[in-house]
Amino acid sequence: MSSRILQVKNGEAVEARAVPRLSVDDLQGLVADVVTAGGRVAALYGREEAGELLVTAVLPNDREGTLGLLSAPVTKEWPSLAPECPAVQLFERELAEQYGVVPRGHPWPKPVRFEHRLGGAGPDAFGREGPRADIPGGYPFFAMEGEEVHEVAVGPVHAGIIEPGHFRFQCHGEHVFHLEIVLGYQHRGAEGMLVGGPTARTVSLLESVAGDTAVGNALCHARAMEGLAGVEVPPRAAALRAVALELERLANHVGDLGALATDIGFLPTASYCGALRADFLNALAEICGNRFGRGLVVPGGVRFDLPSDAAARLAGRMEEAFSRVEDAAGLFFDSPSSRNRVDGTGVVPKETAQALGLLGPAGRASGLQVDARKTHPFEPYSSATLPMVTLEAGDVHARARIRFDEARASAAFVVQVLRQLPEGPVRAPCPAPRPGRLAVSLVEGWRGELVHAVTTGADGRFARYKLKDPSFHNWMGLQLALRGEQISDFPLCNKSFNLSYCGYDL
Amino acid sequence: MISILRTRLRLGSQTIAYPDGPARFPERFRGRPALDAARCKAGCAECAAVCPTEAVGGAGTSDLSIDLGRCLFCGLCQEACPEGAIAFGRDYRLAARTREELVARGDVPLLAQALGAEMQRVFGRSLKLRQVSAAGCNGCEAELNATGNVQFDLGRFGVQFVASPRHADGVVVTGPVSENMLTGLRKTWEATPAPRLLIAVGACAISGGPFAGSPVCRDGAVGAIDGVPVDLFIPGCPPHPVTILDGLLRLLGRVQGNDLRLTGTGIVAAEPAR
Ligand code: SF4
Ligand code: SF4
Repeated sequence: MSSRILQVKNGEAVEARAVPRLSVDDLQGLVADVVTAGGRVAALYGREEAGELLVTAVLPNDREGTLGLLSAPVTKEWPSLAPECPAVQLFERELAEQYGVVPRGHPWPKPVRFEHRLGGAGPDAFGREGPRADIPGGYPFFAMEGEEVHEVAVGPVHAGIIEPGHFRFQCHGEHVFHLEIVLGYQHRGAEGMLVGGPTARTVSLLESVAGDTAVGNALCHARAMEGLAGVEVPPRAAALRAVALELERLANHVGDLGALATDIGFLPTASYCGALRADFLNALAEICGNRFGRGLVVPGGVRFDLPSDAAARLAGRMEEAFSRVEDAAGLFFDSPSSRNRVDGTGVVPKETAQALGLLGPAGRASGLQVDARKTHPFEPYSSATLPMVTLEAGDVHARARIRFDEARASAAFVVQVLRQLPEGPVRAPCPAPRPGRLAVSLVEGWRGELVHAVTTGADGRFARYKLKDPSFHNWMGLQLALRGEQISDFPLCNKSFNLSYCGYDL
Repeated sequence: MISILRTRLRLGSQTIAYPDGPARFPERFRGRPALDAARCKAGCAECAAVCPTEAVGGAGTSDLSIDLGRCLFCGLCQEACPEGAIAFGRDYRLAARTREELVARGDVPLLAQALGAEMQRVFGRSLKLRQVSAAGCNGCEAELNATGNVQFDLGRFGVQFVASPRHADGVVVTGPVSENMLTGLRKTWEATPAPRLLIAVGACAISGGPFAGSPVCRDGAVGAIDGVPVDLFIPGCPPHPVTILDGLLRLLGRVQGNDLRLTGTGIVAAEPAR
């Protein structure tokens, strides 16, 4: 079996043609084997080469810290693996939308993000031909029938300042039987725009794939580029990048704890966490001038150094900031009225989480051991003692608690790294990518594992840039979390996942 | 309850002093750029070559400019310029009423003008806005949300984001306006009663930003809704919450001219009385 899968390290580049080329049957068989054995699929995506569609699978081995690569040429259709492996259902739909490959026997053959075809000609697998009038929402919704069953439709424009998406509930009174989420409103054609790069635009575009994960995506990209060029970043750069990644995690986790408190009307935590989140954003701005860490991480290192005395001062302030978070968020976890709302709400059992391949805090709250910082680490994570925090309950409380506990671990990590910044430069030259290579880069962003799978053509330019946000897996988790719940608990469940619309829509 | 009060005491008041007093920006914050075209060497285009969004105009000529509507404030052009002709300062006042006024030249800021007297009368004391994210990346959305938190507290000025377009006096657009969101944006606009304002926040909504030229986006809000001009542009990627506050307050005529200025430490102070 091993010769049919090429094992590589996170971020390591290999010759694209060294990836084993199997038949569709063999590829699907190996994917099914890995999933049945408790493994997962990090990516399953198409790429056109010499007029042929090649599907590549990325199968992480979380115990060994390697990524298994394999591929198969696919024509107009293939048998769907989704009935056996629900974790691949969305990958197959994406292949249908992007390349017109029909997954025969797929139980849920629907568009993913109302994207135009990336490759091939003619109508896509849903019979659509662009330019077309279809927009998200023009969609075969799952519907229930019965005299007392009713539908509730929400979105794309929601009540608050929030990205657009459409939620369709099948209800009986307050009781939700089923929730279906349709996305695609945010589709900007990111993958298509990246082809032919790198250009002066590439890094900014990737920082904008999901603006709340700007550091995560910039880092994921930089590591892929360094792999493709065959360079190492200086230790001080690696340390500063990790600080930025954890500050991004802290800002989002703390902000979301506040937002959860808002949704249940628990005002002390709501207002303080909203303001405390800013301490972490402002720390990023102190390092690079931008509150979201934009412009900091580039291939080869970082653009801004932090003098060691400033780093020590920042460490002190972060320590202080997190002790305030302990107070503000602690109130929420100690208050019986808030616990009453979050305990046992929106449960995703471990088996479901496993079957869907949930990632990040959502997966860890249901007991999955998924954290790329631990399983596919790079420096300084490989030598750090950052714990992997998991819980079993899989409810709103667990998803909130995970954020709190992880934020604490991140704060300690940030303080420690800032106090011991390695000496030396913060940037090394990063030459152009080598031609004909594939690098798969994994970074644990605050929502979970980000994947950038980058293939260069004979000219060294991006022939295919596959992006995956953890939300790609996790939106289905939210839909299942709502089953059997009260519709009024939707905001709370939604916030406990806080998934990315644009990261999914690309 | 006791612990809530104790936490309240420990955390204190969080609201920034702006606009009555200072708004603080970190040292490396990049606000309005000052351009010194006299330093440009003929034929040089280092700045334009590194710019992600083709925001630099007239590189290597006496007409060096930066289109703040396209600019992401990444500072790469400043880093690339061998002559020191571009310097991003900490002036956070970036909003403008027209697309042309966003093109920065030299080092004198063009500040956004207030609405006419009649519109000021209608909206000056109370402005309700409906936000529509049309493929915004959640950066601009996050900063718009931040304007409402206890720190920036937009509500102090009678400005509020509301849930229904029926209750709104205007629509705030973020994002490059994807095809897939065009209908949603237009319907929201139609549902907003006149007189109404259209406000574009962020490089994406002004020019497409990093997604300018995308085959599935509209390069922002300009022209996205037939015959509807944009009343206020607030640049940035994303704009700082204080830049957003400042833009809205200038539009309403609540902050005018130079009566707030930046000191060397990046602190905004009221101009001393003469
Ligand atoms: S700061 Fe603005 S003008 Fe300068 S390179 Fe960046 S985007 Fe272009
Ligand atoms: S302007 Fe920048 S922050 Fe705002 S939506 Fe566009 S990419 Fe995101």
